[in-house]
Amino acid sequence: MTWLRTHVFSTDHKVIGKQYISLAFFSVALGIMLSLIMRFHLIRPDAKIGWFALLWPTGATGGIMTPELYLSLMTIHGTLMVFFVLTTAPQGGFGNYFLPLQIGAPDMAFPVLNMLSFWTTFLALLTLLAAFFVEGGAPLGGWTAYPPLSALGQIAGPGQGLGMDCWIVSIALFSIASLMGAINFITTVLDMRTQGMDLMRMPLTCWGWFITAIISLLAFGVLLAAGLLLLMDRNLGTSFFLPAGLVVSDQLQNHSGGSPILWQHLFWFFGHPEVYIAILPGMGIVSTVLSVFSRKPIFGYKAMVFAMFAIALLGFLVWGHHMFISGMSPYSAMTFSVLTLAVGVPSAIKTFNWLGTIWGGDLHFTPAMLFALGFVSVFVSGGLTGLFLGQPAIDLYFHDTYFVVGHFHMIMGVAAIFAMFSAMYYWFPKMHGRMMNAPLGHVHFYLTFLGVYAIFIPMHFLGIMGAPRRYSDFKELEFLADAGVLQKFTTHSAYFTAAVQLIFFGNYFYAKRRGPAAEVNPWRATTLEWQPSSRPEVHRGPDVYSLPGAREDFVMQQDKK
Amino acid sequence: MGLAFLVWLLTAVILYLTARGPWWFPAPISQHGAEFDKHFTTLLWITGAIFVAAQLLLGYAIVRFKSRGQYATHSEGNNKLELLWTSATAILFIGFALAANGIWASVHLDQATEAALKIDVLAKQFSWNFRYPGPDGKLGRTDVKFINDSTGNPFGLDEKDPAAKDDVISSTIRVPVNTLVELNLRSRDVIHNFFVRELRIKQDLVPGMTIPLRFKAQKEGTYEVPCSELCGLGHHQMRTTLIVMSNEDFTRWLVDEGRKSR
Ligand code: HEM
Ligand SMILES: [Cu+2]
Ligand SMILES: [Cu+2]
Repeated sequence: MTWLRTHVFSTDHKVIGKQYISLAFFSVALGIMLSLIMRFHLIRPDAKIGWFALLWPTGATGGIMTPELYLSLMTIHGTLMVFFVLTTAPQGGFGNYFLPLQIGAPDMAFPVLNMLSFWTTFLALLTLLAAFFVEGGAPLGGWTAYPPLSALGQIAGPGQGLGMDCWIVSIALFSIASLMGAINFITTVLDMRTQGMDLMRMPLTCWGWFITAIISLLAFGVLLAAGLLLLMDRNLGTSFFLPAGLVVSDQLQNHSGGSPILWQHLFWFFGHPEVYIAILPGMGIVSTVLSVFSRKPIFGYKAMVFAMFAIALLGFLVWGHHMFISGMSPYSAMTFSVLTLAVGVPSAIKTFNWLGTIWGGDLHFTPAMLFALGFVSVFVSGGLTGLFLGQPAIDLYFHDTYFVVGHFHMIMGVAAIFAMFSAMYYWFPKMHGRMMNAPLGHVHFYLTFLGVYAIFIPMHFLGIMGAPRRYSDFKELEFLADAGVLQKFTTHSAYFTAAVQLIFFGNYFYAKRRGPAAEVNPWRATTLEWQPSSRPEVHRGPDVYSLPGAREDFVMQQDKK
Repeated sequence: MGLAFLVWLLTAVILYLTARGPWWFPAPISQHGAEFDKHFTTLLWITGAIFVAAQLLLGYAIVRFKSRGQYATHSEGNNKLELLWTSATAILFIGFALAANGIWASVHLDQATEAALKIDVLAKQFSWNFRYPGPDGKLGRTDVKFINDSTGNPFGLDEKDPAAKDDVISSTIRVPVNTLVELNLRSRDVIHNFFVRELRIKQDLVPGMTIPLRFKAQKEGTYEVPCSELCGLGHHQMRTTLIVMSNEDFTRWLVDEGRKSR
C-alpha cells in the first residue's frame, strides 16, 4: 500500500516528474521504431517481412505492408512524438521535477491534481495505442486529422472507424491532462516562490515552463473542444465539419452546413502554439546550460524573457500559415505571412543571445553543453527554412512536400530532443545521485548530431523536387525516379541514428545503478536545485558567473555575499 | 573543438549539395513559375548567407573560447546590440513577407485580363475528373444525386439538360498552350490537392467549396499532377497528368471527344 503511494500513485513532484519521463522514454522508443519501419517501407515497398504479418495480420497480410498500414504508423508516430514525447518530457517531466526545486517551493501547488494529470496522460497513451488493436486498425489521417477524412467513419478508409474514435478520445484526455498541468504550473510559479525569488530572478528554465503553461492553458482548451465536435460529427450526426452533397463510394452522405476548413482553424489555433509548447522549455534549458558551461551570465536575460513572451503572444496569431493553400481567403494569407515572419524575430533574438552567452566564455564541453550547442546549430538550420514556408508565394510549391517534413523535424523534433538530452545529462546527477559516463556522452552526441543532419537534410531536397508527404510509396511518380539515392541515404541514416541511441540508453541505465556518486553541485552551478537546504532565501539572479572579485567563478542564488 | 569542425563540415556539404546537387526544381513553364524561381533564388542567397554566418560564428566561438583555464568575461548583455539585431531582423523578415506578396497576388487576387478557358475539376478518392464545355460552349447542369461512377457519370450530369449532352469528361487535364485557363476546383468526398510542379502552383480541393485557380502554361508537354493532400489509403496513387498542347491539337481533341460523348 505505502509502496503504491510512494511509487505509483505518488503526489510527490519528483516521482511524477520521473513518471512523465518514463512515459516519454517509452513513447519515443516506440515512435522511433515506427519511423524505422516507415523508412524501411519507403525504400523497399514490396518487401515481404514475416513479422509484419505477425504484428499486423490485416495491415500486412503475407508480410507485405499495405498503404493504410504505412499511414497508420505515420499517424501514431506523429501523435506519439508531438504529444507524448515533446509535450510530456520537457514540461511534465523536467518541469515537474525541477520547477519547485529551482524556485524553492516544497512541491507543486496542487499535488493531487499533479498526480491526476499524469495518470490521465497515461490513460490517453493507452487509448491511443488501443487504436492498433481495434477493428480496422489505427487511423490513417495523420496527426492533424483533417475532416472529412476523419469525420466520415470507416467508409473513408480502414482505421477511420473505431481507430479514429480512439485517437480523438486519446487527444481529448491528453488535453484535459495538459490543462490540469498548466493550472498547476501557473499557480506554482505565481504563489510558491521562496523569499527573495522575484520573478526576474527566476532561472530561464522556470520562465520557459511558466510561459509554456500559459500557452497550454489557452491552446489545449480549443483542441479539446474541436475534438469533441469531431466526435459528435462522427457519432451523433452533427455537421460541424461536413458540408452537404458529399458522395463517398457512390453513397450520398446525410450531412449539411459544416465546413472542413473550420477544423483546420481550430486545430492550428492549437497546433501552432503546440510547437512552442514543445520548444520553450527546451529554450530555457539550453539558455541555462550554455551559461553554466560558459561560466558566463546569460546574455540579455531580460531580452530572453521578453522574447519568450513575444513568441507566446505572436504564436497565437500565426496559425493560418498552415492553411495558405487550404482555400481560405487569399487576403488573410498575406496577414498571416507578415505575422509569421514577425514571430521569427524573437526566435532570432534568442539565437543571438545564445551566441552572446558563449562569446568570451570559458567553455566546458560536457555532454550537456554539446547538446545545447548542437541545439543552436539545428535551431538555425530548421528556423531558416521556416522563413521560406512562412510566405504564401513560396508555400504555393512547398506546402505538404518533404521540405515541410524536413523543416519541422529539424526545428521541432530534433531541436526539442537535443534540449531533452542536454537536460538529462545536466540534471542526471541531481535526479539519480550518480554521474553518467562523459566519454560515452560525447560519442552519443557526435554521432547523433551527424545522424540527424543526414536524415533530415535530404528530405529538404526531396521537397525541392516536389515529393509530396504522406505517400506510402513513390513508385507511381516518374519525377522521383532519380531520387532513390536520397531515399536510401535517409533510411540508412535513420537506422544509424536510432542505433546510436542505444549508447545513450545503455549509459543511462548503467549510470542509474552503478555510476560514480555525484557531488552535490557537480557543475558548480548557481541555481537552487544544487544546494542542500530546502527553502533558502534568495539574494540574487540565477546566473552569476565569473563575477569580478568573487571568491569563485560562480555565486549561488542563496549566497548573501 | 571537434564540434566546430563538424558544424563547418556539415555547412559545407549542405552548401555544396544546394549549389551543385542534382536534386532541384524542374524548369518552370509559366511566367509565374519564372518569377517564383527568381524570388526563391534571392531568398536562398540571403538565408544561405545567414546560415553560413551563424554556423561559422558558432564554430568560431567553440574553438576560440574553449576552456584553457581562462576567466570568462563578465557580461550580462548589451542593450545597443539587442536593439540592433532586433530591428535588423525585423526589417529583413517583414521585408521578406512583403516582397513575395506580388507573386501571391498574381495567382489569387489579380483580375484576369483576358477570357479564360474554364475547366470544371471534381476530385474523389482516388481519381481526378475534368469537364470541358462541348461545342456549344456551355457546361451542363449537374446534381450530386446523379453521380454514378459505374455508369460513367462522375460529375452527376443531368440527362435532361441539352447543354450537358456534349460535355467532355476526361481523367487527364488537357490545355492549349499560351492560353489562360481557369480551373474550378471541387471535391466530392475528402480534401485533395492539385499540384503542378512546373507551374509552381498548388491548391486544395475542399468539399463544399468551389475554388478558382488560374494559370497559363507556356510550354507544350506532359506534366505530372500528384495529389498533395492526404486523402486516404490511395493518396499515393492519386496521380494524373497535365497535357499542354498546341491550340490546333487541343481544338481537334475537344471536338473529337465532344462527338464521342454525344
Ligand atoms: C529517428 C528519428 C525520426 C525519423 C526517422 C522520422 C521519420 C518520419 C517519417 C518517415 C515520417 C513520415 C513522412 C511522410 O510519410 O509524410 C515522419 C512524420 C512525422 N514525424 Fe518523424 N521521424 C523521426 C523523429 C521524429 C521526432 C523526434 C518528432 C517530434 C516532433 C517527429 C514528428 C513527426 C511528425 C509530427 C510527423 C508527421 C506525421 C503526419 O504526417 O501526420 N518525428 N517522421
Ligand atoms: Cu505553425
Ligand atoms: Cu490525395
